[in-house]
Amino acid sequence: MDILYKVFIEPFVFMGEAPDLLIQTLWEGLVSGVLYALIALGFVLIFKASGVFNFAQGIMVVFAALTLVGLYERGVPAFLALILAVLVMLVLAVVVERVVLRPLVNQPDIILFMATFGLTYFLIGFGELIFGGNPKEMITDALFLPQGTSEVDMLGGMVRFQHLDIAAAIIASIMIGLLAVFFSKTRIGRALRAVADSHKAALSVGISLNQIWVIVWFAAGIVALVAGIMWGARSGVSFSLQIIALKALPVLILGGFTSIPGAIIGGLIIGVGEKIGEFYWGPLVGGGIETWLAYVIALLFLLYRPQGLFGEKIIERI
Amino acid sequence: MSFRKFGLGLVAATLLAGTALPAFAQDSVYVPLFTYRTGAFAGSGIPIADGMHDYLQMLNERDGGIGGVKLVLEECETGYDTKKGVECYESVKGKNPVIVNPWSTGITLPLIPRASVDKIPILSMAYGLSASARGDIFPWIFNPPATYWDGMSMIVKYIGEKEGGLEKLKGKKLGFLHLDAAFGKEPIPLLQELAKQYGFEVALYPVAAQDMQNQSSQWLSVRRDRPDYMVMWGWGAMNGAAVKEAVRSGYPMDKFYSVWWPGEDDARAGGAGAKGFKMLNWHAVGADLPALKDIQKHVVDKGLSKAPKDKVGELLYNRGIYNSLLIAEGIAQAQKVTGKKVVTGEDVRRGMENIKLDPVRLKELGLEGFTDPMTLTCTDHNSHSAAFMQEWDGSKWVKISEPIKPMTEQVRAQLDAAAKDYADKNPGWPKRSERCDNQS
Repeated sequence: MDILYKVFIEPFVFMGEAPDLLIQTLWEGLVSGVLYALIALGFVLIFKASGVFNFAQGIMVVFAALTLVGLYERGVPAFLALILAVLVMLVLAVVVERVVLRPLVNQPDIILFMATFGLTYFLIGFGELIFGGNPKEMITDALFLPQGTSEVDMLGGMVRFQHLDIAAAIIASIMIGLLAVFFSKTRIGRALRAVADSHKAALSVGISLNQIWVIVWFAAGIVALVAGIMWGARSGVSFSLQIIALKALPVLILGGFTSIPGAIIGGLIIGVGEKIGEFYWGPLVGGGIETWLAYVIALLFLLYRPQGLFGEKIIERI
Repeated sequence: MSFRKFGLGLVAATLLAGTALPAFAQDSVYVPLFTYRTGAFAGSGIPIADGMHDYLQMLNERDGGIGGVKLVLEECETGYDTKKGVECYESVKGKNPVIVNPWSTGITLPLIPRASVDKIPILSMAYGLSASARGDIFPWIFNPPATYWDGMSMIVKYIGEKEGGLEKLKGKKLGFLHLDAAFGKEPIPLLQELAKQYGFEVALYPVAAQDMQNQSSQWLSVRRDRPDYMVMWGWGAMNGAAVKEAVRSGYPMDKFYSVWWPGEDDARAGGAGAKGFKMLNWHAVGADLPALKDIQKHVVDKGLSKAPKDKVGELLYNRGIYNSLLIAEGIAQAQKVTGKKVVTGEDVRRGMENIKLDPVRLKELGLEGFTDPMTLTCTDHNSHSAAFMQEWDGSKWVKISEPIKPMTEQVRAQLDAAAKDYADKNPGWPKRSERCDNQS
């Protein structure tokens, strides 16, 4: 009975007793969730256009952030470094299309997936060669990202809002909104959706697959840069950041591999779910459940909706 | 294949082999250095690797090696990965290494049973299996100058003194933020024993390696549990991220303590708010000592170091120097006790048991005041030396305490039990038969 009380009653009693901590936990979960969504978005963009699960998205986050910080450390002014980092992601997109995707066109998806593994290890080695393996601090001040904390008294307690987290949530939301508009309202966006529906049909109406792939990898590169700046500002820029990208996997399982709204909703559910789970139920098993809880949440969804919340239902005739 | 092509291939292969392998001369000893300049833990690994390499390189450049014998140095990149570390060990053991430094508790553990078979001493400097301090049970393993259990007891002792006595810890809560790996879990048994003894409560906050830079949940839990003190056992990017999160969550930094692994970069990550963060240390920071000046002159200025000039003398760089000081002393003592110039792993094991770093010896080495005196014997492979507390003042570490001795009584009983337990759980664990030159 004691265990039942601890699992089903005590956490809710504690939520009621300390509502400020509940708000704080929800806020932290939301911020993490928005950042997970941003990383997941990079995966979705590439998967939609080419059917490739880009394993390299995580290292692209680190590589983009390291490029920015590395250029700044070499004396390039912050905003010029930002522009140059964007250009580097464009060059990367072109190189990936020319060297990896084009030669492998019409190969099974698993071959392309394996190619992104290769790309991951190339970028790790190349990044370490150019920028070294030392963790670096994100150039928060130089980019005029806000610092500091606002402490708000509410519900008989106090909730702390980091200005950086507020900025991260706003910037990530704007970014997601812009991408949604870009893909639904612009000509290129429509072309991308056409490619996602059918490569052959898209080719038959004159859409260049190569061009679309460059655009989509570039868009994923920009998303990676923004995610790298935000995560880097929170906890430093190091190669261990790429592991956080694995958190995008449950987000994708939950939201669907092809849905931008799915990535957003999935990110928020995973972010909030893991924080609430760790905070209220983690102590029952000695803590540290956050690492696997996201996958459990995603698997539960998978049982009932294999295509994810917003994924397309695949009906194959046999 | 034509004879010409075969010949060309042979020449090319020979040239490649020649560049890939270090040159072994008969009057040299081979010292492999297990390092990690890549991966998630490179932030800690790089300065340590630089310090280790530069001190030994300096001995080569300045003195022609040790006792007239050149040191052949070769790094093996482990990435702080146990599997890769064991691969490194397997790849170097055929080259007759005189000592191996795993630089990871996870790598040290699988090497412990191999060391006595391969006759290669293992130096796990202030990390690894605490119980391996018992030289009578682990003759091939050395973990000076203090074990993790010593470190934990020193932190508890220091906090107790701050409170006005260890008995005042009763009813207090101590949070333990640790890497969820062999290294981070190592001091937990002692911490729980001390908690029982002094009546304080322990709250554990494990941090998985993949969440090292995503610690907001742990610090939310800290806010919920309100521990009176926080103690950290972190490594790599975890340390800097923890300092940042502590500042973000408003935890009082003067109550945040760490074992001896954070470096300056980790403390800097917290910005001005990190002021007051404390950690244990047992050696000097800075580059003013004669040996460090020699490193500048003979290694750094000649472009033989990978370290940026401004990093020479930083905490983890000097930690690497301390590690190599032990290696060098082990070799020098081995030459002394055996009368040989070119020593083997078996000789260096004997040499390690004869290390006596007293003020006179430290002065001879150009390291006067670098660290407190330390002696190893056949039975004591650790010395259980004192460490001091230092505090981050916003730009540098400042020593804030006299040497803190470990709580030997409590640690000793636990350590003996753990060493016996290790031997019992490994059937056929050999009874020490190795020669002893220094019983006392």
